[in-house]
Amino acid sequence: MAEKKNTFWNAFLNGLLFENPTFVLMVGMCPTLAVTTAASNAIGMGLSTTVVLVCSNLFISLLRNMISDKIRIPAFIVVIASFVTMVEMALKAYLPDLSATLGLYIPLIVVNCIIFARAESFAFKNGPVLALGDGLGMGFGFTLAITILASIREIFGAGTIFGLSIMGEGYKPMSLLTAPAGGFLTLGILLILVNLGRKKVDAWSKARKEAEAV
Amino acid sequence: MQKNLTVTSSPHLRSSRSTKSIMQEVCLALAPAGIAGVVLFGWQALAIILTSVLSCVLSEYFFQRLNHKKILIGDWSAVVTGLLLAYNIPANAPLWIPLIGGIIAIVLVKQLFGGLGGNFMNPALTARAILFVSWSGIMSNYPATRFMTDATTSGTPLVQIAAGENIAIRDLLLGNCGGVLGETCKIAILLGGLYLLIRGIADWRIPVCFIGSAFVCYLIQDGFQVAVLEILSGGLLLGAFFMATDYVTCPMSGSGRVIMGVGCGILLFVIRSYATYIEGCSFAILFMNVMTPLIDRFTAGRLFGEVKTRG
Amino acid sequence: MKEYLLMLVGCLLVNNYVMCQFLGICPFLGVSKKFDTALGMGLAVTFVMTLASCITWLVEHYMLIPLDLTYLRTIAFILVIAVLVQLVEMALKKLSYSLYQALGVYLPLITTNCAVLGVAVLNSNNEYGLLQSTLSGCFSALGFTLSLLLFSCIRERLEMSDMPKWMEGFPGALIAAGLMAVSFMGFSGLIG
Repeated sequence: MAEKKNTFWNAFLNGLLFENPTFVLMVGMCPTLAVTTAASNAIGMGLSTTVVLVCSNLFISLLRNMISDKIRIPAFIVVIASFVTMVEMALKAYLPDLSATLGLYIPLIVVNCIIFARAESFAFKNGPVLALGDGLGMGFGFTLAITILASIREIFGAGTIFGLSIMGEGYKPMSLLTAPAGGFLTLGILLILVNLGRKKVDAWSKARKEAEAV
Repeated sequence: MQKNLTVTSSPHLRSSRSTKSIMQEVCLALAPAGIAGVVLFGWQALAIILTSVLSCVLSEYFFQRLNHKKILIGDWSAVVTGLLLAYNIPANAPLWIPLIGGIIAIVLVKQLFGGLGGNFMNPALTARAILFVSWSGIMSNYPATRFMTDATTSGTPLVQIAAGENIAIRDLLLGNCGGVLGETCKIAILLGGLYLLIRGIADWRIPVCFIGSAFVCYLIQDGFQVAVLEILSGGLLLGAFFMATDYVTCPMSGSGRVIMGVGCGILLFVIRSYATYIEGCSFAILFMNVMTPLIDRFTAGRLFGEVKTRG
Repeated sequence: MKEYLLMLVGCLLVNNYVMCQFLGICPFLGVSKKFDTALGMGLAVTFVMTLASCITWLVEHYMLIPLDLTYLRTIAFILVIAVLVQLVEMALKKLSYSLYQALGVYLPLITTNCAVLGVAVLNSNNEYGLLQSTLSGCFSALGFTLSLLLFSCIRERLEMSDMPKWMEGFPGALIAAGLMAVSFMGFSGLIG
């Protein structure tokens, strides 16, 4: 993919799928595990993170020529922290319930490695359009991944999805999955499945390329 | 560069014995407790034992089959896991509990980490803890034994002691008290446990230190009578003889095993006395399982006279 | 005294940052392959977290509250932490170069260790006093170090076992961490 990385859509798709922050890059594990006890929390967290990520990516990309290399890390931190503060205040004002459930983890978006890593490795080196695509892709990729994780944990751990009961009366939810230990285990098992799936896809595309070459 | 690693791969068996013969002897030692369970709780207990053993053995078989590994169900280790798991389930639990428990124990805890010797926590106990946390209603609903006259379900002796009720030591020894399938009849467990000690399969240090330190803790807090009752209640004896002594998940050196035993005893006391889950034995042993590699690091090294160099 | 002892047990076992609250997962998974690095990381984090909870308290109570700037809390805290980490990094470079090399990339990452910012925010949410904040920072960091050390020993051991190919790396680490977290669940309800 190296040769066609420089368009908005490629940056977007790259973040969403090929370099999915949760399943491939495996960064930002703390919120991934902490807020995925319910699907609605995961979406809330994912979208908040996306907003911060997109804004910080865009901003840092625009300012990249004005920030000297030596002070870039404090500069990133200030930019990211400012956007997080805005999101924090907006959530408190408009979605107080979500803000209360996510609690501590909203200010902690500041130290979400995804945002920092994208600022450092992408936004600081690329133009605003690409940075925007990357931010959107990474953000939605993160949201997608944690929502999948949260849905699994919520369905099997509590028998509900988005708070609606779906598993019927007889189902006995496996409450371990909504406990912290369940977070580690579910993500571990999901990663195994994703890795096995990716291996299959890789083998398939390699075979196809070889067939084309012949 | 691996010189400072003193962890060797488990299980650490003596050369004269094979895994298979040891596991068979453990099964033999476990038999009295199982028979007692069936006598006390009826045929349902047998159904649980069979389901659990089958689930473990079949999980092992299919996992190894699907991963193109050598199929090792002939070493009886899955049977031991199945028995231990069954003994930790109440006799009136639905059969899907031992079924799921067996899969968790074998696949999640043991085979994913490379099969026998690779797991760092006792499979049966971990499965029990997971079942317990997940379905605490089912896992802590203890049936009355067939020899109880008045009750349909009963609390464990642990709850009764906490409530200050009077319980006869005779009932505890014979197993005529509430509890999971294989932990109630203390005589049967002691019988099997002593067999393991005499045959040199289990290291005496762990059960002795485990029970001893728990006893001392209770002695200091509640006096002699309660201490005796607490030792004879719940899963302590079963855990001390059969689960804490698991070769794979206990420290390698003698001093490490003393630490393990004492740690288990103290944690059991703390969890039973102060935490939410009143059955502290499983969690005490599990936590010490997690501590084991650390303990090994600091005890096994000295035993072999290795000097740790600063890196 | 008893209060602080309970706090210590609480931070080490009952509310362990890694095992029960999901704070500091990235270094927990990233720097736990070897015992020695885990120890170094643990000590560095302990040092930074203790100092950070103390200084963020001072910043909050002597700057943010008097100036009515509490809405800048997150920014102020993260800046304090970033500066502190820089100082620790420089100090380590001078004092123990081998440790500095071993911790390599992870030292700057302490800034983005959510346990550090987490403890500062939690202290401020719980309205702890200065001593309480500092101790809570120190104890939580010790809890983090404990789980990091335990986990690193487990991983050193797992290195030698015959795990399926697809278990190696992150999936195996996560599942091992999950099982470890199960064993920590026994302590729930121990305090309060």
